[in-house]
Amino acid sequence: MSIRAVNLCHVYGQGTALEQYALKNINLEIGDGQFIGLIGHTGSGKSTLIQHFNGLLKATSGELFYNGENICAPGYDMKKLRSKVGLVFQYPEHQLFEVDVFSDVCFGPKNLGLSEEEIRERAEEALSLVGLDESYYKQSPFELSGGQKRRVAIAGVLAMHPEVLILDEPTAGLDPKGRDEILGEIEKLHREKNMTIILVSHSMEDVARYADRLIVMNHGEKMFDDTPRNVFRHYRELEAMGLAAPQVTYIVQALREQGIPIDDGLITVEEARDAILRLVGKEPAAGSRKVDAAEEREELAAEAGKKAPAKDGGNSPLSPDGAELTETAGKDEG
Amino acid sequence: MLREVTLGQYYPVDSVLHRLDPRTKLLGTLLFIISLFCTDNFLGYGVAALFLAAVIRLSKVPFKFMVRGLKAVLVLLLISVSFNLFLTPGTAIVQIGFIKITWEGLRIAVFMALRLIFLVLGSSVMTLTTTPNELTDGLEKGLGFLKKVGVPVHEVAMMMSIALRFIPILVEEADKIMKAQMARGADFESGNLIRRAKSMVPLLVPLFISAFRRATDLAMAMEARCYRGGEGRTKMKPLHYKKRDRIAQLAILLYLAVIIGTRFVL
Repeated sequence: MSIRAVNLCHVYGQGTALEQYALKNINLEIGDGQFIGLIGHTGSGKSTLIQHFNGLLKATSGELFYNGENICAPGYDMKKLRSKVGLVFQYPEHQLFEVDVFSDVCFGPKNLGLSEEEIRERAEEALSLVGLDESYYKQSPFELSGGQKRRVAIAGVLAMHPEVLILDEPTAGLDPKGRDEILGEIEKLHREKNMTIILVSHSMEDVARYADRLIVMNHGEKMFDDTPRNVFRHYRELEAMGLAAPQVTYIVQALREQGIPIDDGLITVEEARDAILRLVGKEPAAGSRKVDAAEEREELAAEAGKKAPAKDGGNSPLSPDGAELTETAGKDEG
Repeated sequence: MLREVTLGQYYPVDSVLHRLDPRTKLLGTLLFIISLFCTDNFLGYGVAALFLAAVIRLSKVPFKFMVRGLKAVLVLLLISVSFNLFLTPGTAIVQIGFIKITWEGLRIAVFMALRLIFLVLGSSVMTLTTTPNELTDGLEKGLGFLKKVGVPVHEVAMMMSIALRFIPILVEEADKIMKAQMARGADFESGNLIRRAKSMVPLLVPLFISAFRRATDLAMAMEARCYRGGEGRTKMKPLHYKKRDRIAQLAILLYLAVIIGTRFVL
């Protein structure tokens, strides 16, 4: 367990006419190595919430624990916390300021007071993680393309060696190629370094594809906290909040309305394609489906974690086996 | 952390004062400031205090909120008060070594302090009840006669409203960049003066860049909507004096007359 929020509240402009609740009694627990999607319409409190995780905002009331230590307690080492919980803001390229790419990435580790050598090592490592080679090191960050700038900014946070990486809409304003590359790199960090990832996104497709847990915020409250599959089953409620489900979910729902027996928990294009192929009696091509440990685990959890009465518990393809289920779903209600 | 500046902030409630024509409020503020410099005795300040209290009451803005604006001038207030208190020659009340406080000094210091406080409160009443847009509209129309002597009133007003509009945007931007750099371990609060000044670089460079970017974007957007200065431009909500404006103008003139009257009473 790495982050735990207990009755977290945040009020902006307390005591003035502009008083506004940004967070209302948030309770949640984020375990190590999870990949979490955080969605909600603009102004739902997502950005406020993530800024609490690394101590940039102070809770008006409630408590927040990182690795069991209360970060609201006086004297807590904020600098250390910020190196452990890396936060990549929206449009992070706007924070670049150094003369060249390399020194900008060095800014974070330098603030940690590391030795010259280690600073250099970390910067090189971080830049290679985001796929920028040595030819970029001496370039001015202001001459790069949007996607490259953003990668430099993400490397700047990665160089702090965070255990938890929070990204606030890392793909906003990028072209499809840049978007896929950045998300691919984030996924790689999650898979290879077992980094805990919190991804704030407006793209239901992206969170459906990458996250194994989905938290939905609405008017400062946590509305859903479950696997993407289970959350997207509530697509009508999501729509009422100004959100939606992935496009594929709508196709699946339309098929079901026609009486075609297809699983209602399909959220990625690949899954839906394979399910439809099976329906028409063709076996999906081997290896075409992304086989992923996280995805399997998630599917198992999805099966067992049906807390909310699902609209149709009918035909889920996997047989549940409660013994294997230890994490991911269900526990954050307690 | 940067959001505590009251001067120039609009407080959104509905009151008679909010509904007044901005020109009336500008004129009123100007006359109120003049009146403060016309008084030289306690009676005058008493009348001014009553008038100000009535206006604040009418504005429906919490007094607590207004007092915050005073924080900004606290240092100025202390300096001017202590200078007047200690350096005015006259009959001494207290004397310790070469430091002495005189009756005359005390009198001037108290008046000076009251004048400053009333000045700040009076002008914050205006800015708290008038949106920046109304304010510049009021200025543009109120000073329109200067166009005849070649002053580009519209352009100046437009520049002013853009500058005002950009203050909160840049404050917000600075806040965001500050947080982003703090997330990378930057420290803006500790260290000596030189270190602190140096630590501002990661904040100022991105802030300037974003200000320029926003300026070019805005210029482009204005041109795309065929902005060519004030020539022939009409308003969606043209300013017209209403009955309440006439009443307010009469009230402020009456107040000014009373203030001038107090000079002859004592």
